[in-house]
Amino acid sequence: MVAVVRPDSWNLPLFVHVAGAMLLVGALVVVTVAMAAALRRGDGVEVLTRLAFRALLIGVIPAYVLMRVGAEWIASEENIPDELDWVGIGYIVADLGLLLTLITAVLAWRAARRGADGPGGAGRAAFVLAAVLIVAYGVALWAMATKPA
Amino acid sequence: MSLYDWLLFLHLLAAFLLVAGLVAFAVMVLGPSEAVVSRTLAPAATALWNAGGLGVIVFGVWLALEVDGYELWDGWIIAAIVLWLVGSGSGGRLAAAVREGGPAPAIDGARAMVMVMALSTLLLLLDMIFKPGA
Repeated sequence: MVAVVRPDSWNLPLFVHVAGAMLLVGALVVVTVAMAAALRRGDGVEVLTRLAFRALLIGVIPAYVLMRVGAEWIASEENIPDELDWVGIGYIVADLGLLLTLITAVLAWRAARRGADGPGGAGRAAFVLAAVLIVAYGVALWAMATKPA
Repeated sequence: MSLYDWLLFLHLLAAFLLVAGLVAFAVMVLGPSEAVVSRTLAPAATALWNAGGLGVIVFGVWLALEVDGYELWDGWIIAAIVLWLVGSGSGGRLAAAVREGGPAPAIDGARAMVMVMALSTLLLLLDMIFKPGA
């Protein structure tokens, strides 16, 4: 395999895209771990449910914006056709990911409002959706790295 | 999929795990000060940071050996290894301190250690993308 050096003008948008995606997954991991612990209903249920909700608001959503802005920026620099499979996978995961993220945020907010009663069904659903999002972004990462035709 | 595709995917996956560990450590140190937050996030933070760090260096070196045009003694690769060592050193100290229990914000120098981890990871990502001198 021979090294390919990309044009300099692609580097900054690629950095924004990758950094946003990494922070997005990192924040989703915090949401998942905090909500999973809250669901076990040990001590600190209220703190952990609130942490999961705040990680969505302060971490996941801004990181998503950064990732998506970077994606559009790099796509416009590279002039990539949308019909390529790996680009399509990226767009599908990102678009569905936004919808699922917003639903997860609403569910986490409802779970946080329950306070010491525990996150309940809303918390359980938020946990599952956050885990699904992590897996989906893993698939997108595979597509971005290997670029299937 | 070629060997290069697999190596690149695994290298990137490891980098994502590393950053997820960093985010979890940052939340523990800079977020809510309750001990339950540290107790909850510490195992995941440590596992992600360690697995990610190991994967990044192993698959990164393998990629450098596999790809014609990259050499381990290239300036940007040496810089990456140095940044990895700095970040790993700081992360290792923080993980060891967290294992002893108690809330992470109360650990001496915890904020500084997270800052060093974050700065080295940020510079590592910039180095990987811009590849200065390549």
